[in-house]
Amino acid sequence: MLDIRNVTKIFNAGTVNERKALDNISLSMSDGDFVTVIGGNGAGKSTLLNCIAGVYPVDEGTIMVDNIKLDRLPEYKRAKYLGRVFQDPMMGTAADMGIQENLALAWRRGNRRTLRWGIMDKEKELYRKLLASLDLGLEDRMAAKVGLLSGGQRQALTLLMATLNAPKMLLLDEHTAALDPKTARKVLELSDQFIKKEKLTTMMVTHNMRAALQYGNRLIMMNEGTILLDISGEEKAKLRIDDLLRLFEKAGADEFMNDRMLLSK
Amino acid sequence: MEQVLLGAVSQGLLWAMMTLGVYITYRVLGIADMTAEGSLTMGAAVAAGTISGGGSAYVGVAIAVLAGALAGMMTGLLHTKLRIPALLSGILTMIALYSINLRIMGAANISLLRKITVFAPVQELMGTSKTLSVILLGAVCSILLVTVLYWFFGTEIGSAIRATGTNPHMVRAQGINTDTTIILGLMISNALISFSGSLISQAQNFADLQMGTGAIVIGLASLIIGEVLFGQRHFYTRLLSMALGAITYRIIIALVLKMGMPSDDLKLFTAITVALALSLPRFRELGRTLKKSLRREGAR
Ligand SMILES: Nc1ncnc2c1ncn2[C@@H]1O[C@H](COP(=O)(O)OP(=O)(O)OP(=O)(O)O)[C@@H](O)[C@H]1O
Ligand SMILES: [Mg+2]
Repeated sequence: MLDIRNVTKIFNAGTVNERKALDNISLSMSDGDFVTVIGGNGAGKSTLLNCIAGVYPVDEGTIMVDNIKLDRLPEYKRAKYLGRVFQDPMMGTAADMGIQENLALAWRRGNRRTLRWGIMDKEKELYRKLLASLDLGLEDRMAAKVGLLSGGQRQALTLLMATLNAPKMLLLDEHTAALDPKTARKVLELSDQFIKKEKLTTMMVTHNMRAALQYGNRLIMMNEGTILLDISGEEKAKLRIDDLLRLFEKAGADEFMNDRMLLSK
Repeated sequence: MEQVLLGAVSQGLLWAMMTLGVYITYRVLGIADMTAEGSLTMGAAVAAGTISGGGSAYVGVAIAVLAGALAGMMTGLLHTKLRIPALLSGILTMIALYSINLRIMGAANISLLRKITVFAPVQELMGTSKTLSVILLGAVCSILLVTVLYWFFGTEIGSAIRATGTNPHMVRAQGINTDTTIILGLMISNALISFSGSLISQAQNFADLQMGTGAIVIGLASLIIGEVLFGQRHFYTRLLSMALGAITYRIIIALVLKMGMPSDDLKLFTAITVALALSLPRFRELGRTLKKSLRREGAR
């Protein structure tokens, strides 16, 4: 499904602020893999997801999704294959537009925009059903502006938008970090449901070690632009937080663990 | 007095198209587009040039619309492909258009006296005065354009342009090229503004190289008046309020001139009005803080 080969990304190359955010990274994911990604601040987790999504170009290496070469495509063309949810709840939706209008924009991801009407009546039925599945009461306010929603509601909506029309991959970048713990759990639960139901190949960055262990079938840990640990299957299922801490220590990365990670244990 | 008011309404209806153009850039895309000043003059120059050269007024208007779209495309390319800030891109096109407009006109102004304009057939058919024919054609064009724009911004492409103004990041994540939507928005805006200019020159029987100066401020003034006075709930009424705002602006100007303000001070008056209107939210905020602190004083 995903095949990343020898990808390097350097910010501000040739200046005093030069920063190697990804250092010759290689990673493959199979169809239906759900990988959780952890690592300290500045480890390169967001950069990895952004390089897959095409927010900025890579300096070296190739990125393939389902045998489609992505690394030379502009961001908006890659969007056809990728569903994304960001850390900032403001980022994934258009605040001035209605809930159903936002869904309609996402429903057409990967299709040419034409002079047909932007939202059809029969779509609205579908959206109502999907919104009802979020269990947030949004199905009764489909025309309401997204700007009126809470952060958690916006993230749930963005998640729904990201999974419309079966993307080849789902990229979640700390999409619950800006939410209060209860809402965060709810959005995480929803994410897991969507991923299981649609069998979505997923990368989820999180600062929450428990969530990283609880969800997904594979866990990777990043540090200084490289992948330090890569644990999957049975081994991951048996993994506990204490084991994880010990593994970090052995890998020499414990000093990079931040308070946020330890607190969320 | 009646003549003055009719004159103001007729002018307002022609500037309505211009205000719709400003609405698209300023409110929908969130760009203060200075191209407007050049494309308004260009519309006038192209139409007047065509007509005084013996061409049909309709052809003149059609070329004006195309030329306006090209001007918008120029600004859009400078902004998106070359990454020049939007404001500066507009200024660059505006300055370039000054020379281009002079070339089109061949002189600082063109007279259209005793030429056949688009208003002539209306005047003949209805047997009305020129002012009334301008009002008639202006009203028909305004309502037609409001309707077309309402439809357009409901389509897939139109929705994409609207979303670009709110959150370009999200729009790209939904597979839309924001460069294209920005360029398209600027093209439509400036086509409307140039269209407006072509009609204005034919209504006043001349085109002048300077007529676009300050046009963006007049457009903004009309936009704000329209929003404040005529509601902004439904998208259709919001578009319609742009036309009503343009008319109201002209009536206000006509009244203050009538009351004895020298016409040389017109631009100063407009600029101050717009500055005040744009700072209204800030004043409200200050007012609230003041009230709060007064209350706290009182409580002590
Ligand atoms: N757009 C950018 N321009 C310059 N440097 C950047 C940019 N984005 C990231 N970096 C740098 O690249 C490194 C990796 O950043 P990245 O955002 O990928 O970290 P992260 O693992 O997501 O961290 P966090 O847990 O804080 O989100 C950091 O040193 C960061 O400062
Ligand atoms: Mg990050």
